[in-house]
Amino acid sequence: MSQVPADLQYTKSHEWVRKLDDGTVEIGITDHAQHALGDLVFAEVPDKGRVLAAGEACAVVESVKAASDVYCPVAGEVTAANPELARTPELINQDAFGRGWLLRLKPAGGAAGALLSATEYEALLRAEGS
Amino acid sequence: MGRHTPLYDLHRSQGARLVDFGGWDMPVQYASQIEEHHAVRGAAGVFDVSHMCIIDLSGARTREFLQFLLANDVGKLAHAGKALYSCMLNETGGVIDDLIAYFLGGSDFRLVVNAGTRDKDLQWIRRHAQDFGVAVRERAELAMLAVQGPQARHKSASLLASAERERALALPAFCGAPFAQWFIARTGYTGEDGFEIMLPATQAVQAWLDLNALGVVSCGLGARDTLRLEAGMNLYGNDMNESTHPFESALGWTVALAPAARRFIGREALERVTAAGSARALVGLVLEDRGVLRSHQRVILPDGGTGEITSGTFSPTLERSIALARIPSGPVERVAVDIRGKLLAARAVKPPFVRAGKPLVS
Repeated sequence: MSQVPADLQYTKSHEWVRKLDDGTVEIGITDHAQHALGDLVFAEVPDKGRVLAAGEACAVVESVKAASDVYCPVAGEVTAANPELARTPELINQDAFGRGWLLRLKPAGGAAGALLSATEYEALLRAEGS
Repeated sequence: MGRHTPLYDLHRSQGARLVDFGGWDMPVQYASQIEEHHAVRGAAGVFDVSHMCIIDLSGARTREFLQFLLANDVGKLAHAGKALYSCMLNETGGVIDDLIAYFLGGSDFRLVVNAGTRDKDLQWIRRHAQDFGVAVRERAELAMLAVQGPQARHKSASLLASAERERALALPAFCGAPFAQWFIARTGYTGEDGFEIMLPATQAVQAWLDLNALGVVSCGLGARDTLRLEAGMNLYGNDMNESTHPFESALGWTVALAPAARRFIGREALERVTAAGSARALVGLVLEDRGVLRSHQRVILPDGGTGEITSGTFSPTLERSIALARIPSGPVERVAVDIRGKLLAARAVKPPFVRAGKPLVS
């Protein structure tokens, strides 16, 4: 069973969301997702200032095998993209919930939609048979 | 559920991720596709290729039959054990499949064809074999292991009885020979030295475990794909199919138009192509920008002509993206590739990209 840190929120499409102290949120893909994708060799992250809708394709992660879209869990404006991924996309494999973060954004406000708790996400993984 | 090779349970027990490949549940990777790739370039890896189809042909006119069936000329196979890579074409010169033909001696030959094309290949071969009185026998009771890498031959040979090891190590490139119940050939699909071993299915698990015990790494089809693409080898279904001919698939070297008297299926169509010149060519691309080339991405030439990537990946050896692409014929050095709407710069090169562990392009 993959790691599922209790302090994060999740999506059904295997992204995670971390609330930061400055009111922004950090977004990445889960340990389960990186494991399913295999060795990651490229990540395309959005430019700072881009305004994203919830559910919009906001990044692309590419393993040796295939390219996969990452969907933005919450609406907002991009405040930072992980600069380390340009040279070391394997950080996503090595530390999916930490140094492998993809982007940070300032939430546009309003309800954050249907994010899952860690418990709910674990149940989803079990239901998917992993 | 797909078909299973004799090694299916072992793959599962070794933690392989299984995917459908041509109707078979096959291991795409064990722990890390990139590490498996490097194991083959640097030492040795073993692949389960039992899903490929082994077909034995016998009958007095088998050689004559294959000279009619294949675009390459088995007349080149003078000595028992010698192998030949060839396309099998339809009447319009399209590639039904690519295969290896082994001359087993006397009037016996063996073909190894792709897994995904097994049914249509068998149908086509049987249909034409009738006219030559050739018996066609699928050897479904055999498994096949590809052991590849600079240490592959020595590690594989140590599985043999000591009296047979030297004979195995003395096999020249692209030659095979029987060793008791095994048939071992010095062939492969990785650009490295190595063996392909055909053996009774009942012995496959033990052979795999013995190789593992010697340090040969279990490798999946994912690594097999990056290795073959670095080696500039085509994948049937991606880089050629029934609507493309060998001359637009970088396989002109496998077409034997001499002797002129040899009639083979597709010959007239290919002669028309050579007379007019092939309008398209299959070339190698190296991506200069960051990103990953993938099949079906559009290639744009400096003169505005366009082509398409047929196979693309990240090359673990070169640590950049490489591809094969079908583009209009003619000299070209730089192209652009449309990746998700962005035009990225790539360089056209002549494959292979990597051979015997050495990068051949910068």
